[in-house]
Amino acid sequence: MSIGILGKKLGMSQFFDDAGRSIPVTVIEAGPCRITQLKSTGTDGYVAVQVGFGDIRDKLVNQPAKGHLAKSGSEPLRHLREYRVDSVEGLELGSQITVAAFEAGQKIDVSGDTVGRGFTGLQKRHGFSRGPMSHGSKNHREPGSIGAGTTPGRVYPGKRMAGRYGGKQITTRGLTILKVDTERNLLVVKGSVPGKPGSLLNIAPAKRVGTKPADGGA
Amino acid sequence: MEAESNELSETVAEAADTAVETVAPTATAVAEPPVTKVKTGKLSAYDLIRAFEAEQLKNDLPEIYVGDTVRVGVRISEGNKERIQPYEGVVIAKRHGGLNETITVRRIFQGIGVERVFMLHSPQVASVKVERRGKVRRAKLFYLRDRVGKATRVKQRFDR
Repeated sequence: MSIGILGKKLGMSQFFDDAGRSIPVTVIEAGPCRITQLKSTGTDGYVAVQVGFGDIRDKLVNQPAKGHLAKSGSEPLRHLREYRVDSVEGLELGSQITVAAFEAGQKIDVSGDTVGRGFTGLQKRHGFSRGPMSHGSKNHREPGSIGAGTTPGRVYPGKRMAGRYGGKQITTRGLTILKVDTERNLLVVKGSVPGKPGSLLNIAPAKRVGTKPADGGA
Repeated sequence: MEAESNELSETVAEAADTAVETVAPTATAVAEPPVTKVKTGKLSAYDLIRAFEAEQLKNDLPEIYVGDTVRVGVRISEGNKERIQPYEGVVIAKRHGGLNETITVRRIFQGIGVERVFMLHSPQVASVKVERRGKVRRAKLFYLRDRVGKATRVKQRFDR
């Protein structure tokens, strides 16, 4: 049973399935992650597993973090994340989570930071249409009217305007694992995942959202 | 052209080799010390994806040039039965490289020009056989589309 794993997006490629179809895939280098803490109702108020991932130079880890990692006998780790679980039975402090916990065909949720686009205009950020480029028009990429006049005399909150776009965490739900490479610690996932190659990804078994089962009824 | 494609295929093979070699020592290094160190991999993202793609590459493909007449065995599955249907024609274009490499094969069928694009490394392409080498001076033979009858012939070359 997989609880979750941290990984790094490597990039996209393609994969031929059994029917010979070419499927766009994302290759993720996931784990091995170290279990750094087991949280319990008694001490923490909830049950969770904390895992660490990623090489980091020893001098970049501060003393409090080192002390925390020493409890599980871990080497310096760059990222720490938690997964809520029903019980921590069978999970051992300091043990590793590898891609072997996942299997081909499994549905997963992948979350990570989207590609940061900086300060963008309305066309890119909200999909607004632009003004005419010719016939004397000077309104090319302007926002246009942002509201009525004296009544209400203000701009409504939530009015979509230019601003920072991207660089936010999102979750892509219900992706299918096509292949698990335990030797190279790779997960091959159908479709795209957030972020650029090299970005940190949080991979967890698909969570049921709404009334439909996340794994398609199985 | 010949030398170039040779080099390409060689570098692909080399990349795959080095990938496998460098994986092995890291695995042993992880196993040896009592306190195992989590390794996030010494291979670059590029190498790892190359290695992943190398597993899917076919290495028994013949060298195909634009202008060649080829016979492509296409896997067709009808219900549970699978059979291989041959398709023969002139290669009028090659596109992409690596896993995504395709050829466009043109033939005249019942007086109508038919062009099919094959992904060379796809399992649906069961076999590719070069029937005849063609001598052409273009990388893309789209001019054949405007020609009919005798003018569509491609001169044969014997030095390949």
